[in-house]
Amino acid sequence: MKIRPHRQHPLWFAFILHRLSGLALALFLPLHFYVMALALNAPEKLDGFLHWAEAPLVKFAEFGLVFLLAVHIFGGLRLLALELLPWSGRQKTLAATAVSLSFLLSVGFFLRAI
Amino acid sequence: MSDGLRDLEVTVWRGREAAGSYQRFSVPRQESQTVLDVIAWIQQNADPTLSYRYACRVGMCGSCAMTVNGKPRWTCRTHVSKVVKGDRLEVGPLRNLPVIKDLAVDMDPFFDKWVAAEGVFHPEKSRHDPIEPVRPTSEQRVVADRGIECINCAVCYASCDTVSGNPDYLGPAALNRAWTLYNDQRDGDRRGILDAVSGSGGCHNCHSQGSCTLYCPNELDPLGSIAGLKRATVRRAFGMEG
Amino acid sequence: MLTLRLYMLQRLSALVMAPLTLGHIATMIYAIQGGLSAEEILSRTRGSVVWMLFYGSFVVAVSLHAAIGLRVIIAETFAMRGRRLDALTLTIGLVLLVMGMRAVYAVTAP
Repeated sequence: MKIRPHRQHPLWFAFILHRLSGLALALFLPLHFYVMALALNAPEKLDGFLHWAEAPLVKFAEFGLVFLLAVHIFGGLRLLALELLPWSGRQKTLAATAVSLSFLLSVGFFLRAI
Repeated sequence: MSDGLRDLEVTVWRGREAAGSYQRFSVPRQESQTVLDVIAWIQQNADPTLSYRYACRVGMCGSCAMTVNGKPRWTCRTHVSKVVKGDRLEVGPLRNLPVIKDLAVDMDPFFDKWVAAEGVFHPEKSRHDPIEPVRPTSEQRVVADRGIECINCAVCYASCDTVSGNPDYLGPAALNRAWTLYNDQRDGDRRGILDAVSGSGGCHNCHSQGSCTLYCPNELDPLGSIAGLKRATVRRAFGMEG
Repeated sequence: MLTLRLYMLQRLSALVMAPLTLGHIATMIYAIQGGLSAEEILSRTRGSVVWMLFYGSFVVAVSLHAAIGLRVIIAETFAMRGRRLDALTLTIGLVLLVMGMRAVYAVTAP
């Protein structure tokens, strides 16, 4: 698939990433709700499902899900900041740097902790 | 004449939107040649029936915008050397507007939306009132000044995918204009502007893709202006009149 | 197709969800340490008012947010407008809300 020339810039890619991750998460929601509701109606089915969720492929899918969630959250915070805070370009760069640095730090810390 | 350079292979959109196609022309390449020069050469030397629009040729009138190699450009100030791919140049009409013929689009929807966004000055004084001084350094005026050099070329409107997806959307130029008027202390209906940009085609539909700001030939920031309108409308909804 | 009101609902639900989602992810990472079993999860959540409120507000926010988000995608992709679009938005929101509340009840009811 070729991306049309007028779309080839970072903010458009940020947009499409936000839209696709949001769409995927919205489609996943009913499934998630259904599985959690099993806890009441059919606990043995839920356990069966959770057992199945240990499979590597499903683990990978889970990773994908958390990744989508992270993409959507940080993309969304970016949007909120862009829309609600009338910052100058310099302030934006500083804020983005601060956020990514603190994010890197906390992820590093977190990976050590588990 | 061609300074030893190879001819340009130019494909130009001919006809209307539905019944049209790209036609090929070979155009001699020159130094410091603009895309408008190329189009004018074709019309004068190859096919006099080619329709396109231009007036000032110096980037002031905003009438010569076209789609060049897939991106919206003001053609009179766009050098061929900057946008050419090999020897190839594809020139089409602007997106998101009805094509009248060849490279000329119908600008009516674009200007209708200026009016729909209340992008018109609302005077409240008469000639008998004293002239109201506007301090150029006031915060409001500085914000307004950032957006007023718009030449209505519709490059932003053509670049905007939100307009493509939602034909009711007012678009970056009209909303940018509304924002500059909202920040004009002399305007008599600033509330009316916020109402006009809060409807189903209003500023809240913008997805912040930023193509408008990226392609604006005058380096204005409609994306920032639209964000300003979003803030102003939200502030008013919370009872914090700006 | 997005009016000021829908826009504000979309942004407010996003603001509510930002901390809730981070809390949810942290909980998940904590919960899956040493495997995941239904009993283990339920023993901790059943009868807990805090978890019920946490996930209850999460479900309300996400139903609003997803319904409005899908509304925009549907409108822009399939050129749907007007009453049909409103009805579809409402349906999506209600289905998500009911399914979500069922799940919250299943996990946190005493």
